[in-house]
Amino acid sequence: MGERSVVERITDFQEVPLGYTLEEAISEAKRCIQCKNPQCVKGCPVEIDIPGFLKYLALGNFESAIKKIKETNSLPAVCGRVCPQEEQCELKCVLGVKGEPVGIGNLERFLADWERAENRKQKAESGEKKKDKIAVVGSGPAGLTCAGDLARLGYQITVFESLHVTGGVLTYGIPEFRLPKKIVEMEIDYIKSLGVEIKTDMLIGNVYTIEELLKEYKAVFIGSGAGLPKFMDIPGENFDGVYSANEYLFRVNMMKAWKFPEYLTPIKIGKKVAVVGGGNVAMDAARVSLRLGAEEVCIIYRRTKNEMPARKEEVHRAEEEGIIFKNLTLPIAYHADEKGWVKDAKCIQMELGEPDSSGRRRPVPIEGSNFKIPVETVIVAIGNSPNPLIPHRTPNLKTERWGGVIITNEGATSISGVFAGGDIVRGAATVISAMGDGKRAAKAIHKMLSA
Amino acid sequence: MPKILSKEKLSENISKIVVEAPHVAKATKPGQFIVVVPTENAERIPLTIADFDKKQGTITIIFQIVGATTRILNSLKEGDNIAHILGPLGVPSHMEKFGTVVVIGGGVGIAEIYPVVKSLKETGNEVITIIGARCKELLIYESELRTQSAELKTTTDDGSSGRKGFVSDELKDIINSGKKIDRVIVVGPVPMMRVCCDVTKPLAIKTMVSLNTLMLDATGMCGICRVTVGGETKFACVEGPEFDGHQVDFGELASRLSAYKNKEKEADNHVCRLLKNG
Ligand SMILES: Cc1cc2nc3c(=O)[nH]c(=O)nc-3n(C[C@H](O)[C@H](O)[C@H](O)COP(=O)(O)OP(=O)(O)OC[C@H]3O[C@@H](n4cnc5c(N)ncnc54)[C@H](O)[C@@H]3O)c2cc1C
Ligand SMILES: Cc1cc2nc3c(=O)[nH]c(=O)nc-3n(C[C@H](O)[C@H](O)[C@H](O)COP(=O)(O)OP(=O)(O)OC[C@H]3O[C@@H](n4cnc5c(N)ncnc54)[C@H](O)[C@@H]3O)c2cc1C
Ligand code: SF4
Ligand code: SF4
Ligand code: FES
Repeated sequence: MGERSVVERITDFQEVPLGYTLEEAISEAKRCIQCKNPQCVKGCPVEIDIPGFLKYLALGNFESAIKKIKETNSLPAVCGRVCPQEEQCELKCVLGVKGEPVGIGNLERFLADWERAENRKQKAESGEKKKDKIAVVGSGPAGLTCAGDLARLGYQITVFESLHVTGGVLTYGIPEFRLPKKIVEMEIDYIKSLGVEIKTDMLIGNVYTIEELLKEYKAVFIGSGAGLPKFMDIPGENFDGVYSANEYLFRVNMMKAWKFPEYLTPIKIGKKVAVVGGGNVAMDAARVSLRLGAEEVCIIYRRTKNEMPARKEEVHRAEEEGIIFKNLTLPIAYHADEKGWVKDAKCIQMELGEPDSSGRRRPVPIEGSNFKIPVETVIVAIGNSPNPLIPHRTPNLKTERWGGVIITNEGATSISGVFAGGDIVRGAATVISAMGDGKRAAKAIHKMLSA
Repeated sequence: MPKILSKEKLSENISKIVVEAPHVAKATKPGQFIVVVPTENAERIPLTIADFDKKQGTITIIFQIVGATTRILNSLKEGDNIAHILGPLGVPSHMEKFGTVVVIGGGVGIAEIYPVVKSLKETGNEVITIIGARCKELLIYESELRTQSAELKTTTDDGSSGRKGFVSDELKDIINSGKKIDRVIVVGPVPMMRVCCDVTKPLAIKTMVSLNTLMLDATGMCGICRVTVGGETKFACVEGPEFDGHQVDFGELASRLSAYKNKEKEADNHVCRLLKNG
């Protein structure tokens, strides 16, 4: 599969991988040996019938292939792009034991893109209309999936979204060059075509409480995500020029600051940018910085490349694009100029010690190894916690100490009729696991209301 | 989309609009604010809910034209729709029977204190209101506030109305007169809030300030609104905007407010050109 060259792609926000050509897609699909007991399906949190869709694809029957995928996954153009396939479906593919696994994710993307190009919108099929109304909080992948599945069963769904644009992290977090917003919009249009009503600018907890929603709706699904940015609580973190990754990406993706002043939300970026963290969010923030014109962008990470939680593919692309990796490095303070703008990051060198609870070797500081990195912009991308607003305003909603909403195996919370899933339950996780949670809750809600 | 029901010019650069937003009005308590996105390409800006009418389903906002987005908002007319309104946001003002409360509003902060003054009075407090501005023309909402206050004092920088001087001078006088004050609430520019806190701190009079930090999502997701209060970082949009003024790091607040100065100028020039041509 082709990719745009580095020189070209770092000057704009367009997508980096080009996607399979028709011939490439068919020959890749033909590699699947149609296992009787397909392992790949077990690696997919929404259990797509992978050999099923690959069989159609290999025969050139794209329409049936995409239909097969959409039986269980209503956001294929998104998943095909951002699923960590190498740890899920493709990790389990038997062909991967000896050679290359089938490129399942890219094939999924191919089909979704084909459908879009052909403008062959699959006609939304919904079941018999039911009277029951259900409220969904949050329009990220968890909420959208839950809403879509329930709408297909005939329920009347209203999605409440606090921001002025829908899509959750798909819209405000993941940048255009990895997930074009046109695609997110199309996937959301599909969900709407199922009859789902989406109300933006509705902060649940403030506008309506969960209890108030329960008076009007038979069930409530909470998919409010992990939007609370973590900071390190080190001196100087509140200086100007120190952003949370959320703020930074929100300005760029949601408010389109890269089109300033046509769009009025500004962003300020220095020549030297440091991004703290080693996940997908850090890679995205670093690559965005490059595209906004930073001269030097480095990633400050306290372990080594082997322990980085970001997708390998994205780390690789970041490296190709010239991002500098300062591994085994931990910032301990920031200093500012006389105007209060950050000017350097004081760091300490780390080494890897004994494994910790996550199984990864724990980084330990090397005494006396302090050094300074000159910076004009710092982006803190060390993770997000579950959004605390709804739990705060909903006294009976039980949560873990770290903030995650507690649910049963079926996705039910401690309040009868209220379900939850996605990052609000798991902490920052993945698009596909959020979708899996949305599906599971939809099933449980249907079961509850059919009883 | 929320519709502008009426619009009024309160002074050269301060406007008042009444907007149809029943779900916001229904849930609002004094001290809360909304986020406004006047047109799709504009910024998300926070504005205090200066008044609300649950029966009519309306909210009132009073805003000063300072930059690009407030300029766009001001270009909308009666009957126009506002692209987005989100609210009510923030923690409502804490209300109880404190006794005597001095409420101070400066600049456009004068409008922001109105619902708080009203509610304090309804809760049975004796409210002494002090409002201050640069000149007479900028002293808005005087008659509305007068009806809600036991006493209303005004100050102007140039002496064109009320006392020539600052709101903090009035505050000092009240304190010096020996009157027992149970609480002070200050809303206005940072230097004004800081000076008032300097007056009350040695006397340990509890003083609440409403912080106008920069904001983006205003739902607790970005952290641009962070302020240091009592040595701890707080998100003003969800944990505020009211905080104990004696604990606030005003220096940091002032510096964080100016982070985008040049860019804001650029955006404003852009909008000025557009509005002129369109
Ligand atoms: C920069 C970035 C890059 C990422 N890259 C990847 C990747 O490559 N692959 C991958 O699988 N995952 C990735 N993730 C993680 C993935 O995006 C999330 O796990 C996923 O979006 C979680 O879905 P969700 O529906 O639970 O929550 P979200 O997508 O966070 O959506 C929650 C929605 O609820 C809304 N909301 C919150 N509170 C309220 C309220 N009180 N009332 C109403 N609405 C509310 C929010 O505004 C938001 O729209 C990335 C995350 C980030 C931030
Ligand atoms: C909780 C809250 C409630 C508010 N309530 C009101 C209100 O009721 N009426 C009202 O007129 N304003 C209020 N403000 C301030 C208002 O949000 C800003 O004036 C507005 O965002 C400016 O937007 P702009 O694009 O027009 O100007 P910008 O281009 O953003 O700014 C122009 C100039 O104003 C300064 N500025 C920007 N934001 C603020 C701010 N938050 N406080 C002080 N100075 C700022 C900038 O540094 C710059 O010099 C409130 C702010 C907060 C946080
Ligand atoms: S949804 Fe994700 S995990 Fe499932 S098959 Fe597609 S790419 Fe693989
Ligand atoms: S495991 Fe691999 S080869 Fe087997 S069915 Fe799945 S994709 Fe095909
Ligand atoms: S404005 Fe974004 S967290 Fe407060």
